[in-house]
Amino acid sequence: MTPTLRRAFESALLFWLVVTLTFCLVHLAPGDATDLLVPPGASAADIERLRSSFGLDAPMWQQYVRWTSRVLAGDLGTSFATGEAVGDVLRRALPITLGLGLVSLALTFLIGTAVGLWQAQHAGSRGDRLATTIGITLFAAPSFWLALALVAVFTYVASRSGWPVWLRLPAMGVETPASTLNGLARLSDIARHAVLPVTVLSLIGAAGLARYARATALELLHSDWVRTGRAKGLSSGAVMRRHVLANARPPLIVLLALSLPGTVAGSVFVESVFAWPGMGRTMLASIGARDYPVLMGVTLVYAAIVIVANWLSDVATVWADPRRRS
Amino acid sequence: MTRGARLAVWALALTVVASIIVPALARRDPLAIEDVIARRLLPPLATNPDGGWHLLGTDRFGRDLFIRTLLAARISLFVGLAGSVLAGVLGVLIGAVSGWSGRAIDRALMSLTDTFLAIPRLVLLLLCVALWSPGLVTVVVVLAATGWMSVARLVRSEVQGLRHTAFVEGARALGTLEVRTLLRHVLPNALGPALVAVTLGVGNAILLESGLAFLGLGVQPPTPSWGNMIAGGRDIIVTAPWVALAPGLAVIATVLLCTVVGDAFHQRLLGHARPPVDP
Repeated sequence: MTPTLRRAFESALLFWLVVTLTFCLVHLAPGDATDLLVPPGASAADIERLRSSFGLDAPMWQQYVRWTSRVLAGDLGTSFATGEAVGDVLRRALPITLGLGLVSLALTFLIGTAVGLWQAQHAGSRGDRLATTIGITLFAAPSFWLALALVAVFTYVASRSGWPVWLRLPAMGVETPASTLNGLARLSDIARHAVLPVTVLSLIGAAGLARYARATALELLHSDWVRTGRAKGLSSGAVMRRHVLANARPPLIVLLALSLPGTVAGSVFVESVFAWPGMGRTMLASIGARDYPVLMGVTLVYAAIVIVANWLSDVATVWADPRRRS
Repeated sequence: MTRGARLAVWALALTVVASIIVPALARRDPLAIEDVIARRLLPPLATNPDGGWHLLGTDRFGRDLFIRTLLAARISLFVGLAGSVLAGVLGVLIGAVSGWSGRAIDRALMSLTDTFLAIPRLVLLLLCVALWSPGLVTVVVVLAATGWMSVARLVRSEVQGLRHTAFVEGARALGTLEVRTLLRHVLPNALGPALVAVTLGVGNAILLESGLAFLGLGVQPPTPSWGNMIAGGRDIIVTAPWVALAPGLAVIATVLLCTVVGDAFHQRLLGHARPPVDP
C-alpha cells in the first residue's frame, strides 16, 4: 500500500471509531429525547409511539447498525427538536465557525510569529520580559472572560467616554439585524461585528504561538549558519528573514495546522458571548434540547476537522520544508 | 527551584488556606440573601447601610463578592486537582498496561486513545456533561474521562523503554511476578513525565471547569464557582463590571500560578525546561 492510501485508510478507520464512540456515549446516558419532548400529560402509549417514531425502541445493535450505515452514507438524520435535516443545520453553522476560526488562525500566525521573532532578537530585554508576562497571562485567561472584558471596554466605555464611532464596536451577532445592506457595505458590517470575536481568539492563539516562535528562533539564532551570515556582514533583518524565519516557518505552520481544531472548538465560548449562530451555539442548543441527532452530527464534524487537520499538518511538513520533498 | 516558582507555591498555599478559613470567619452566611435592595451591586470598597465593608463589592443579590470568590476557590481548586489527578491515575493505568503487554492489548488501547483524541477535549467534555446531569461529581468524572490520553501516551512510551532494561530483565530472571515487576520496578521509573503532566493539567482543568460553569453545564448555583460567578455578571457587564471581574482575575491568577509551578516541576524532575508546546 502506498503511504497516501494507508493514511486514507487509517483516517477512515479512525472516523468509524469516533462514530462508534459517539453512539456509545449518547446511548449510555440515562434518559432519552422523549423525556423532554412529550407534554406532561402524555399517556404511556403516546410516549411509546414517539419513541418508536424516532427508532428509539429498536434493540441497541439495530440502532447502531442503522446509525452507522446512514452516517457513512452521508445522512446524519433529522433533528428531534425541529424536524430539519441535520446536514442542513450543520451546513448553515459550519461556514460561520470556520470563517471565524480561519481568520483568527491567520492573525494568530502573523501576530504570534512577529512578536516571537522580535522577542528572540531582544531576548532578556525589558520588552521581552513584558511580552512573556502578557503572553502567559493571556494564555491563562478564560476566553469568555476576555470576551466580556472587551465588550465592557468597546461598547460601554467607548460610548461613555465618547470614543470615535469606528471604535464603538457591536457586541452581538454576525451582522446588523434586518439590515438592507448589500455588497461591500454588508461585508464591512460583518467585518465590524467580527472584530471583537476574532480579537479574543487570535490574542489567545498568538500568546501560545509567540512563546513557541520565540523559543524556536532563539535556538536558531545560536546556530552556525546565523553566525556565518553575520560574519559575512548580512544585516540583522536579512539574517532574520533568510536564516531564522525560513527555518522556523515549517514547525510553526505544522503547529498552526494542529491548533485548528482547538481554535474551532474553543469558539464555543466566543460564539456564546457574541451570539454567533455557529457550530458552538448549535451544539449548546442541541444539548439544552437533548437533540441527539444534531449533537452527534456536531461532534462528528468536529472529529472530521481534527482528522483533516492532522492530515494537513503532514502535508504542511512536506510543503513548507524543501528538505522533506524527495 | 527558582524564586518565582517558590513564590507561586506559597501563593497557591495561601489561596487554599484563605479559601478554607476566611468564609468560615464571615459574620453572615455567605449564601444567604437578605435586604437585597439596600445591598445589591455595591461597587468595590463600598460600605453597606449596616456599616459592613465590601472589599470587592456585592453581586445582584447583595452577597459579598470577596467571600464568594474565596468560597468558589474551594470548589474550583478541588475540581481542578481532583479532575487532573484522576485523569493522571487513569492515564498511568492505561499507559502502563498498554506499554507492558504489547501486541493486541496495546493496539486496542492505543486505538481507544486515538479515538478520544480525535474529538477536541472541549467538545467531548460538553457531550458528556450534556448527557449526565450537571454537578460537581459529573464535572470531576468527565474531566478525568477526557484528560487521560496524553498521560497514557507518555507512560506507555516510558514503560516500553524500560521493558528491556537490565534491572527489569533481572527482576524477571529472579522469578518476580509480572504484576510486581511492573508495579515495583517499572512504574516508579516511568512516573516522572506523568507527574509533570498532572501538575500542568490542574490549571487546564480549572479553566475547563470555569468554562462549563459559565455555560451553565458545570457546578450549579447557588454553590459558587468562578465560572458561574462570571456568568452571573455577564448581562450586567456594562453596569456592574466588578461582578465578573473578581472571579475572572481569580481564574487567571490561579491558572498562571499552576503553570509556573508545573514548569518548575518539569525543570526539576526532568532536568530541562518545558518545551513551549507539549508534543
